[in-house]
Amino acid sequence: MKKVVLRRKKKRVQAPASRSTIGERVIKRKSALFLAPSFLGVLLFFVLPFGVVGFYSMVNNPVQHKFVFLDNFIYVGKNAAFRLAAANTLKFSLVAVPLVVVLSMMMAFALEQAIPWKSRFRTLLLSPMMVPIASVVLIWKVLFHYNGVVNEFVQLLGGGKIDWFKSDYAQIILVLLFIWKNLGYNMILFIAAISNVPKEIIEVAQLESAKGWQIFFFIKLRYLSSTILFVTILSLINSFKVFREVYMLTGDYPYDSLYLLQHFMNNTFRSLDYQKLSAAAIIMCLFMIVIIGILFMTENYFGKDMEDA
Amino acid sequence: MGILTAFLVIFTTIFVIPIVFTICNSFMGKAEIASNYGMVFSTSATGAKQFISEVVNLKFIPDKVSFSQYITVLLKSPDYLFKFWNSVILVVPIVIFQLAVACLASYGFTRYRGRLREIIFFSYIILMLMPYQVTLVPNFLVAKWLHILDTRWAIWLPGIFSPYAVFLLTKFMRRIPVSMFEAAKIDGAGEWQIFQKICMPLCKGALASVAILVFIDYWNMVEQPLVLLSDEQMHPLSVFLSKINAGEVGLAFAVATIYMIPTLLVFLYGEEYLVEGISYQGGIKG
Repeated sequence: MKKVVLRRKKKRVQAPASRSTIGERVIKRKSALFLAPSFLGVLLFFVLPFGVVGFYSMVNNPVQHKFVFLDNFIYVGKNAAFRLAAANTLKFSLVAVPLVVVLSMMMAFALEQAIPWKSRFRTLLLSPMMVPIASVVLIWKVLFHYNGVVNEFVQLLGGGKIDWFKSDYAQIILVLLFIWKNLGYNMILFIAAISNVPKEIIEVAQLESAKGWQIFFFIKLRYLSSTILFVTILSLINSFKVFREVYMLTGDYPYDSLYLLQHFMNNTFRSLDYQKLSAAAIIMCLFMIVIIGILFMTENYFGKDMEDA
Repeated sequence: MGILTAFLVIFTTIFVIPIVFTICNSFMGKAEIASNYGMVFSTSATGAKQFISEVVNLKFIPDKVSFSQYITVLLKSPDYLFKFWNSVILVVPIVIFQLAVACLASYGFTRYRGRLREIIFFSYIILMLMPYQVTLVPNFLVAKWLHILDTRWAIWLPGIFSPYAVFLLTKFMRRIPVSMFEAAKIDGAGEWQIFQKICMPLCKGALASVAILVFIDYWNMVEQPLVLLSDEQMHPLSVFLSKINAGEVGLAFAVATIYMIPTLLVFLYGEEYLVEGISYQGGIKG
């Protein structure tokens, strides 16, 4: 099934309108109609505002509208708070996203084994999704308080007390929170993808006396490549949503290692410094385009590879 | 196998602790909660300090089961129920219409994949990734321009057209083999018929799982109402809940538990779909 989809994609992408048949053009036109409502809505509520952001990033202030081109970008790039925020966010995403992807894949494979109460585990691992952010924050405060449970545990192991939210370990809390919230759904996506790996191929590999790790790396991971990309993007989106929790835990100006890009944006938004905010947003956006572009290219590479096999 | 099971049991237990904790604590009396977690929430340690324990106890089983929190929330202050209803009014239309718009759009993205359409899809992903702080002011401006500021439309409309569901559904829909569409086409079905009779039934599971995700996302919204709805009477429970955290901790657990009920129901009802539905292959093979 997978092969069919990939082959079709290749054909359509590489053969633009010139070679398309009349039937294909009809499909193109008619399916564009399906796209229209969403496209217009997105244009009005997402693209247009984004254009406004682009405009503001290049003027001196919202009243005068004097064009200053890249001045705002240079200003933001030199800003120490922005650099700190960008570095922290990058560090968090680089650690948390791969970690959650790998962990959820491992859990999915673990639940693939013959284990009792499979569906119970699945449901329970999903349950963090339904806890409201406000009570998550409450619980996290209780757990990681200076006199809290986690510290008691640390002391039991012979360590000293740590003031978690005001230490360099603060990001660990964040990563734990992120994994706790997102592991369940990612795991479900992987379970679905694993069940789609054709059994015949694995059987053939076993007949050819392939080892367990070979089957895992050369067959299963290949088939999972598009799901890995999907889960990575989804986790990336969610890694930006973690700000809400941090914000409720620590407020406007948290400990240095918790100061995220969204804090910077929130604070510039408060001080109505809209040019700075816009410039920061554009920088962030360009960065995202690069990351996601790389992810897509990686997936395409593996996709093509699979088709040839 | 035994080791793996044991590991899973431990891992899952850690996962569930916070939820059990919230529910158990909602049955504690006000005094008990204050004595357990007083330290965490007392901002200024003044004269009241001697009544508060120095150690933070993580307690699951209340000394005395009390429904006083629930009585306060449900009977004494109708405010909470009001906010709950606000949440429902804000979230349900968004879920329904976002899915409707997204179904159509994903079909458009699935049925034909030209270069332009791939670019549009890519930009949908980028837009979806923008943090709320970035779109906040532009959203505010658009709402003002359309004269829908301070009405529920200011929340509904951007919600309905959010690219999130489109992205998820397209990913699911593209797994349907093209041959299914082509076969229907040869049998004389129009595009609308293919969409309605072939595509939608195959996507049922994915639809349910996307609905759950969108619901949870908007059920937890905090920033949008704060900026777009100046009238506090219209604020949803999520905003309200994030405010009581600071004040009455005692009530927070009960409200949080009530708050979890809709999500729990959505989960219990849709969990089957969420798990099984994502692998769309019920009955068909590529």
